[in-house]
Amino acid sequence: MTTPSTLPDLSRAVYRTREVLEGRRRFIPVAMAATVLVLLFAAGSVRYTGFLEPQVALNLLVNNSFLVVLAVGVTFVILAGGIDLSTGSVLALSAMLCAWLLREGWPPLLVIPAALLAGAAIGLAQGCIIHFYGVQPFIATLGGMFFARGLCYLISTESIPITDPLFGTLAQTRVPLPGGNSLSVGAVVALVAAGAAAYVLHRSRFGRSVYAVGGSESSAMLMGLAVGRVKVGVYTISGFCAALGGVLYTLYIASGNSLHGLGMELDAIAAVVIGGTLLTGGFGYVLGSVIGVLTLGTIQTILVFEGTLSSWWTRIVAGALLFAFILLQRALAPPAAK
Amino acid sequence: MRSAQTRRLAWPLLVLAGLLVANLAATPGFFEISVKGGRLYGSLVDILHFGTPLLLISLGMTLVIALRGIDLSVGAVVAVAGALACETIAAAGGGQGSAVTAAAVAVALGASALLGLWNGFLVSVLRIQPIVATLILMVAGRGLAQLITGGQITTVRSEPYREIAAGSLAAVPFTVIVAATTVLLMWLLVRRTALGLLIEAVGGNAEAGRLAGIRATGLSVAAYTFCGLCAGLAGVIISANTGSADGNNAGLWIELDAILAVVIGGTLLTGGRFSIAGTVLGALIVQTLSTTVYTMGVPPESALVFKAIVVFLVCLLQSPRFRAQVASPFRRGRRPVRARTGPGPAPTEEDDVTPTATSAGTPGAPEVQR
Amino acid sequence: MDTTAEPAVQMSGIVKDFPGVRALDGAGLRLVPGEVHALLGENGAGKSTLIKVLTGVHRPDAGRVRIGGRPVAVAGPLDAERHGIATVYQEVNLCPNLSVAENVLLGREPRGRFGISARRMNRRAAELAAGVELDLDVTRALGEYPIAVQQLVSILRAVDLDARVLVLDEPTSSLDRGEVRILFDLVERLRSRGVAILFVTHFLDQVYELCGRMTVLRNGRLVGEFATAELGQRELIGHMLGEQAGELDRLEEHARSGGPPAGADTLLRARGLGRSGGVAPYDLDVAPGEIVGLAGLLGSGRTEAVRLLFGADRPDTGEVEVDGRPVPLRTPRAAIAEGLAYCSEDRKAEGLVAELSVADNLLLALQAARGWMRPLPARKRSELVERYIAALRIRPAAPDVPVASLSGGNQQKVLLGRWLIMRPRLLILDEPTRGIDVGAKAEVQRLVAAQAQEGTAVLFVSSELEEVLRLSHRVVVLRDRRVVSALDNDDGGLDVDRVLAEIAQGGAQ
Repeated sequence: MTTPSTLPDLSRAVYRTREVLEGRRRFIPVAMAATVLVLLFAAGSVRYTGFLEPQVALNLLVNNSFLVVLAVGVTFVILAGGIDLSTGSVLALSAMLCAWLLREGWPPLLVIPAALLAGAAIGLAQGCIIHFYGVQPFIATLGGMFFARGLCYLISTESIPITDPLFGTLAQTRVPLPGGNSLSVGAVVALVAAGAAAYVLHRSRFGRSVYAVGGSESSAMLMGLAVGRVKVGVYTISGFCAALGGVLYTLYIASGNSLHGLGMELDAIAAVVIGGTLLTGGFGYVLGSVIGVLTLGTIQTILVFEGTLSSWWTRIVAGALLFAFILLQRALAPPAAK
Repeated sequence: MRSAQTRRLAWPLLVLAGLLVANLAATPGFFEISVKGGRLYGSLVDILHFGTPLLLISLGMTLVIALRGIDLSVGAVVAVAGALACETIAAAGGGQGSAVTAAAVAVALGASALLGLWNGFLVSVLRIQPIVATLILMVAGRGLAQLITGGQITTVRSEPYREIAAGSLAAVPFTVIVAATTVLLMWLLVRRTALGLLIEAVGGNAEAGRLAGIRATGLSVAAYTFCGLCAGLAGVIISANTGSADGNNAGLWIELDAILAVVIGGTLLTGGRFSIAGTVLGALIVQTLSTTVYTMGVPPESALVFKAIVVFLVCLLQSPRFRAQVASPFRRGRRPVRARTGPGPAPTEEDDVTPTATSAGTPGAPEVQR
Repeated sequence: MDTTAEPAVQMSGIVKDFPGVRALDGAGLRLVPGEVHALLGENGAGKSTLIKVLTGVHRPDAGRVRIGGRPVAVAGPLDAERHGIATVYQEVNLCPNLSVAENVLLGREPRGRFGISARRMNRRAAELAAGVELDLDVTRALGEYPIAVQQLVSILRAVDLDARVLVLDEPTSSLDRGEVRILFDLVERLRSRGVAILFVTHFLDQVYELCGRMTVLRNGRLVGEFATAELGQRELIGHMLGEQAGELDRLEEHARSGGPPAGADTLLRARGLGRSGGVAPYDLDVAPGEIVGLAGLLGSGRTEAVRLLFGADRPDTGEVEVDGRPVPLRTPRAAIAEGLAYCSEDRKAEGLVAELSVADNLLLALQAARGWMRPLPARKRSELVERYIAALRIRPAAPDVPVASLSGGNQQKVLLGRWLIMRPRLLILDEPTRGIDVGAKAEVQRLVAAQAQEGTAVLFVSSELEEVLRLSHRVVVLRDRRVVSALDNDDGGLDVDRVLAEIAQGGAQ
């Protein structure tokens, strides 16, 4: 006890920190996700020259804008305790619809709403089947996945190129940022979608009900919340987001193809979980999902810088991260949520 | 019980017969079977031949589902098994020897069983929900497969390996023999021992099973391992069929087909009683559906739409609420009562009419996990 | 308290049918503002159903509900809240993942300029908590607090609703003494504000401490409304349990065999066996051929006590000896290997596998013990099944029908048969005659007595005292989750009054 004056301060600081951490357990997973992202990025920067450019970071968002939107939609579903396996297929369907309707001569300003509506309709139908008939979410959305993918093939088994000038312009347009950097329209849309989702989840009664239903559906019902509206709503939102992702995807890839977005539903789910959202529902943040997507994107970028084409490592690392986060959440979750 | 089981199989049988008849109407030569080069050919043989991988996986999935589980990773395991088998052969210099082939198959099956074991470990030891647990391998598995093949589509020219799919014994394709043998072995394993009973008991009522002294953990691990093994065997057959390993597309969506086959076969997703015969029928129906779409000249991929419709129909038919709504107009001669939003709690269970609460001293039961 | 005041709630002649069962048959209730009113009755008396009618979860088939003097038909939980009725359930029905503030205010969130304002919500919740002198960090997730605090939070929710009627459905069943104290303080504070409080519990001490009046239900019927000061515990228990002697006595005189073989060695000896939140450490000895009855009210710890013996729950303390050998009974499997058998109280949830056949259910434990590799040979199987179906008079005598299609009594016999096939050395029966008809009851009792005569030790848990007395050589009485006394009944000299007195006062100084 040579420094009696500072020791109590120190112990009080430790105590305070612990208290803050204890009370903020639900932020730990998302903080971990952010840490993983920063560490990955730091590792990339140390290892490769040119990695630490702002534009590299921005390109993460540009190249994964559709996945961000997809993950945002899936976040709603997972927060409410469900799962949506249909998003990849709905994305493909939306892209396919855009390409096909444009080729049929529809005006682009009609095509985009039509595609979005189709996605929302599929989500709505899935939500109704899940809520009204008690079908398990994974099997209902599995059906939706078949259905949407099959519709793609019914439209065309060939790739349909998109030559519409408006789509071309949208794809080319860059939103300038200070320092000579820029974002694509898609990335901006993704950011807006994420912001809107965060607003809805935290500031609207619907959003809080989503958390409540994910925490305990029966309690939510006894508290008088509109459980049915929440359950149908989240799948509709997810379908809408998947369709929006599809539109962004067409900007990115300029075609509609039945093979678009294969397995992307898994990427979206993985991103959500890696972003710290509990797969059993009730815990998590949209911000986490964006971080999750960026983490996946960073892994890909590192692989590109590494100069190998071994893109499969992304999936393997994603699987490993998924496992780690599921274990972490089991350890952190309060007993009632385990 | 026999009669009840027959009745349960009646629907799938009718559907299968209907599908076959529809095919016959569309293509008059559908039932023709010929022998070419010492091997049976014909649409029916094709259904059996190409349906073998699906059938194998459905068998494994049946046990997992009977235990209230699900295995979403079988498609990924198919890819891994095919990749391992082909790479083993390629590593042996594309060896034509049957010893190399045997080693390749052994490696593939061993690895698949290990992957199944991993799923079983996550589900029964770490107690992670089945969907979540098998999702991990579903995400990572195809990456593993591509890692093994180096991202290429590995092609093998090993004759013995390709014989696994193309060969025949007494004019019957090997694949059909493999399928029949697996069905028989599995039937012996679960129905001639007490395994089937114990699985149905644990799946039907886990707590009752525990109090009756059944060790559920071992059963569950075994079921997932068996499911992995089946997926591995399917993977070998699929890759032998094309003579290649495709990490991306081998076994794509087969997990969904398999779940569909099991459910059509009358095994409920909520676990409990299962039927091997039902699963066989279910797999044949799903495969015939694919074949039908193909023979009708529609793009084969659009079979997905039909499958989706079947999934929805089967699910709705299993939903008590749907059945009540459909049946009530006929039964009572009036319109069904519109179900309220927010399903009210079912009366009989949690009321004090049927004594369920162990006692006031037991803290509230944990929330049911979705 | 002014019992002539306009009642806050008046329910009368309530009838509620469920498929096959009449849960309520003319039940009623009268709640006055500013009172704490107990609703009492044994399991199956209809308490929960009555509450669910009041809170709109169920609609009554007949009867009137008046709230604040006006007849109403409550459409659902939300509608009940609108009528000023708030409910706190035994299992906390809140969302553990949300903050305390949100749990208090969900559905009525204060809004700012940009939607729900977390800041205002936290402030409002903190005010509410301070108003009832609760020291809580309302921004923390509810799940991080102990159950007791969660119960208090659900009451806070009711406070914010400005509820005129507060229903507490067994809120204290998982709380310790200190926590109960805090809860009672809060209830008392609300009462003094004029809230009518309906308190459902199994703990009679708490009733006498807290409640002014009480309503007793039995078998879905209203037994009566009493002032706590005018009705002793002994009479109250009599009202709750009712006349049980009735028909059964006429069916059978003393089913009980003679005493246990004198000087027999103890088969099972438990010392200091206990589990926190379940049952306080207790001692128990059972000899071969002896029937030991466990008596006590629901929630007294009877079930918890026997579950510990069987390894269905893990004990925190104590040890068990079988034949003088210490054995760790940590799982049911281990207990079965030692010759124990346990028919659980809840046939449906913990006993039978509904979709499996009668034969499969009968043979389940035996097959589990043999292991999957050694299936019973078909002949042995059908022989055993036939023998036990005949011996237990299971109707219909069809081994292959799903067990779910049998009546309750026959289901119970199947479950009993499952364990008799094991030829157990100690048979633990938890409420084996509940919910089955009189004839089946008598048969089950006959079987139990016959088993004991053959040298099986039996632990017999039942709410029906007559039954316990008729069968048991010794009666162990539990109260408030502890064993309070063990009464000898060797000569059948024990009478219901004596046991009732023990249940009411036993262990109290």
